Amino acid sequence: MIHLEIDGRAITARPGQTILEAAEGAGIRIPTLCHLKGLSPWGSCRICLVEIANWNGRLVPACATQVQEGMRVVATSPRLTELRRRVLELLFAERNHICAICVSSGHCELQDLACELGMEVVRVPYRFPGLALDASHGKFVYDPNRCVLCGRCVRACSEVEGAMTWGFSGRGIHTTVEPDLGGPWGSAETCTECGKCLEACPVGALVERGKATAEQEKEPQLLAQLTERRPRA
Amino acid sequence: MPEVTEHEVSRLLEPYLGRPTELIQALHRVQEALGHVPPLAQRVVAARLGVPLSQVRGVVTFYHFFRTQPVGKHIVRLCLGTACYVRGADRVLQALQEELGVELGGTSPDGLFTLEGVRCLGACGLAPVRTVDDAVYGRLTPGRVREIVAGFRRG
Repeated sequence: MIHLEIDGRAITARPGQTILEAAEGAGIRIPTLCHLKGLSPWGSCRICLVEIANWNGRLVPACATQVQEGMRVVATSPRLTELRRRVLELLFAERNHICAICVSSGHCELQDLACELGMEVVRVPYRFPGLALDASHGKFVYDPNRCVLCGRCVRACSEVEGAMTWGFSGRGIHTTVEPDLGGPWGSAETCTECGKCLEACPVGALVERGKATAEQEKEPQLLAQLTERRPRA
Repeated sequence: MPEVTEHEVSRLLEPYLGRPTELIQALHRVQEALGHVPPLAQRVVAARLGVPLSQVRGVVTFYHFFRTQPVGKHIVRLCLGTACYVRGADRVLQALQEELGVELGGTSPDGLFTLEGVRCLGACGLAPVRTVDDAVYGRLTPGRVREIVAGFRRG
């Protein structure tokens, strides 16, 4: 077993566990966004940043950093809350995140995080990229303007469903999630219409067609339920 | 430009059959032969190498090097990096755009030239520098640029 400290509490963890898993085991809350149980660690959203006190205060993503003997982790502090809030503001500003007109309002992890971290205003100007909505699919709708590029749909599609329909296209600020060769989702030949990407999506980017705001509740825990039953490699 | 066929692309991919790790090399080869990587070719690459379509698309759009639109017969790459800029790359660019009648990233109406801006060609000693296809031209001036273009026009 590995001995470490999180927020001053002595904790034991199994080798190979992440800081996030160790914290969860001890009942310590670390906010996450791109992380989803059942999918591989990603570490791209930076919401779960924690400080390692004995690594010169280095910031690492808790979801993608393994525990080490003697590690002293700060998971809760005013500095971290401010950092996470800033990351969140940048996520909001990058696309058109306006809760009042979003179909996922009330069932949105981005919105929940804003409440949890006390984000009252976005201090940077919104980019309003004006990306094209894709409503070509018979069952689902994809609105890239609400995407946070967490990659949960991409991982659910490749790791759990094995269809590999979703992928990242472009790079930097121009990165988007697209099906197959970028064509309309409705004509994506690899899509099995399983809907796992929808359940994995933390925001209103992937939603069910014809469902009202109040009905857009998602089941992200589905991915873990599916993978836990599978034989381990 | 004649339409490329699936068969032609397949022939190009013979060395990479069933080898997904050779994706970038395969795309290089396709672009070298066709000048760009059209959606049809991306599809064939995916099928022959055993790579998901989304991944081929991801690589093609990630690297500036890969193009999905046809290009001119000659590709002019002008360095717009710091050293070249200090040595007057902006005036060279101006001259090139006027001479070729295209904006950055565009292809001239006669289909002869595609003009691209790059960050650094690794030859700052020759600033301002550009390449036409595989040949390097350094210490450019607006006047010399016009001469070189005229030379290519004559063939």
